Amino acid sequence: MVETKGPTGPPHGPAPSLWPLGFAIGLTVVLVGLVVGNWLTVGVGAVLMAGFGYVWVRDAMSGDEPAEVAAAPAPDEATVVEEEVDPTLYRRGTFIGLATLGLGGVITGMVALPVAGFAVLPAFVDQGTDDIDIGPIEDYPEGEFVVATFLSDPEQGEVSRRTAYVRNNGFKDGQPSFTILSNRCVHLGCPVQVNGLSLEDQKQLVSVENGPSVELTPTQAASGFGCPCHGGQYDTEGNRTAGPPVRALDRYRFAIRDGRLVLTEPYSVGEVDGTGAEAVIHAYDWVNPSVHVDGVEAILYPLEPPH
Amino acid sequence: MATTTPSRKRKQSPVATLLLYPLEWLEERSGIVGGVKWFLFRKVPRDSSWWHTLGSATLTAFLVQAGTGVILAFYYKPDPDKAYQSIQHITSDLTLGWLVRGMHRWGASVFIILMFFHMARVFLFGAYKYPRELNWLVGAALLITGMLAGFTGYLLPWDQTAYWATVVGININASAPFLGPFLAQFLRGGAEIGTNTLSIWYALHMLLIPGALFALIGLHLYLVARLGVSSPPWSRVAAGRDRPPEPPNGRVGLTRGGRE
Repeated sequence: MVETKGPTGPPHGPAPSLWPLGFAIGLTVVLVGLVVGNWLTVGVGAVLMAGFGYVWVRDAMSGDEPAEVAAAPAPDEATVVEEEVDPTLYRRGTFIGLATLGLGGVITGMVALPVAGFAVLPAFVDQGTDDIDIGPIEDYPEGEFVVATFLSDPEQGEVSRRTAYVRNNGFKDGQPSFTILSNRCVHLGCPVQVNGLSLEDQKQLVSVENGPSVELTPTQAASGFGCPCHGGQYDTEGNRTAGPPVRALDRYRFAIRDGRLVLTEPYSVGEVDGTGAEAVIHAYDWVNPSVHVDGVEAILYPLEPPH
Repeated sequence: MATTTPSRKRKQSPVATLLLYPLEWLEERSGIVGGVKWFLFRKVPRDSSWWHTLGSATLTAFLVQAGTGVILAFYYKPDPDKAYQSIQHITSDLTLGWLVRGMHRWGASVFIILMFFHMARVFLFGAYKYPRELNWLVGAALLITGMLAGFTGYLLPWDQTAYWATVVGININASAPFLGPFLAQFLRGGAEIGTNTLSIWYALHMLLIPGALFALIGLHLYLVARLGVSSPPWSRVAAGRDRPPEPPNGRVGLTRGGRE
């Protein structure tokens, strides 16, 4: 027999009637009355609404007793003949089904691909760093670290404030030498602190051309750097001496323009041999904290996103 | 199904007709009443206990998070220059803001803890076994997604704890071999934490992750309703040692029935 879904029997919705129209007119009259501020009109409208509403509801609720309708005659089973289908035939239904799927796929792709691209690509394209002016080189006394905090991207504001430990190493072969360590711990990115005196009372602000001032805080007798998060320790060249970090502290390349120290780009360091101006730095492209740049583990990080 | 077939039609009081009419109208056009009955009026094992309520408790905790989160979003500003102040404003200035923020903050922990309790109950009762393995997997996905909600929400107060915990969390992601650095850069929205990071995490926290949680919870509950609640491992009825009790006076439904 034929199986039907949904409610059995004939539909028994309310019969068509004009009562809702009267109800709507009453509502309109009420609203017009409210707008023009005439309470008599409102009252007339309310009466219309109540009256028509009542008969509408009454009719609707009594109208669901349908007359018996003869059931449609069941199809004679003898007349149902299995349709013979040639299995090699490409049927219309199959074609339409596949075409719908294919078109749907194309449309989905056209919409989803640019959106997915926008979701992911801005984090990877047009990265790179600006040059950062951190003040005249006279503000960096020879042989001691100075804590310099600066905006790495003035357009982004304070959220881009970063810190570097800058030590003037004097001259090497007639060229000025600076050791500029990023304060970003290469374990998991916390800010490392100076192991030594930080002379907060001698902090000075140095104005730079675009953006807020650079803060310079001198230090005294810095013996290295320590991270408050998980205990990583570094010496004054940024080499790891204890704890979980996987390489030496990141550094900044620098230039000197018109007597001012300019950070050009950060880079990562495997380790540093020697000290000060004589140091030999095993430099690598700038990578995330926690990423190995040398040793066996570096195999695990063959690709680095563009910075 | 509405009882409007002529053969079964009984005389109803006008009030009952008035109340039932909208339900019958809805049922005829959507089947929703039958669906709700299918979902809510299920048979459960007679020896189900308070342990079986941990899932509902977790759901309640999630709904509290969803509700309070929507209200907090009225006042929170996901901007690096304003986020911290807007949280202070919610907590200190706005009427009852301290309460709703506190509910959301502590409720997050409640949600996670209840998920673990619920998971422990399912594990120790063996309720993850056939035919409920798929629901265990959906539950595991819910646990991970729920913890992602906690991870992304932790940044939003934008204080020192939030900021540095997130720096560390992102860099833990970066330490994963091969694709870790790419994942970290996606989470930061760039090579460095910047103006976009906070709004990205806000969008993840209040749009993407709750949407995924709602969808997974829907699937989870559908499977619960379809497969039924499992008996506890000590159930004598399920072991076949006791016969299921006869319903007293032929009544079924909300009565518990049988001897203890």
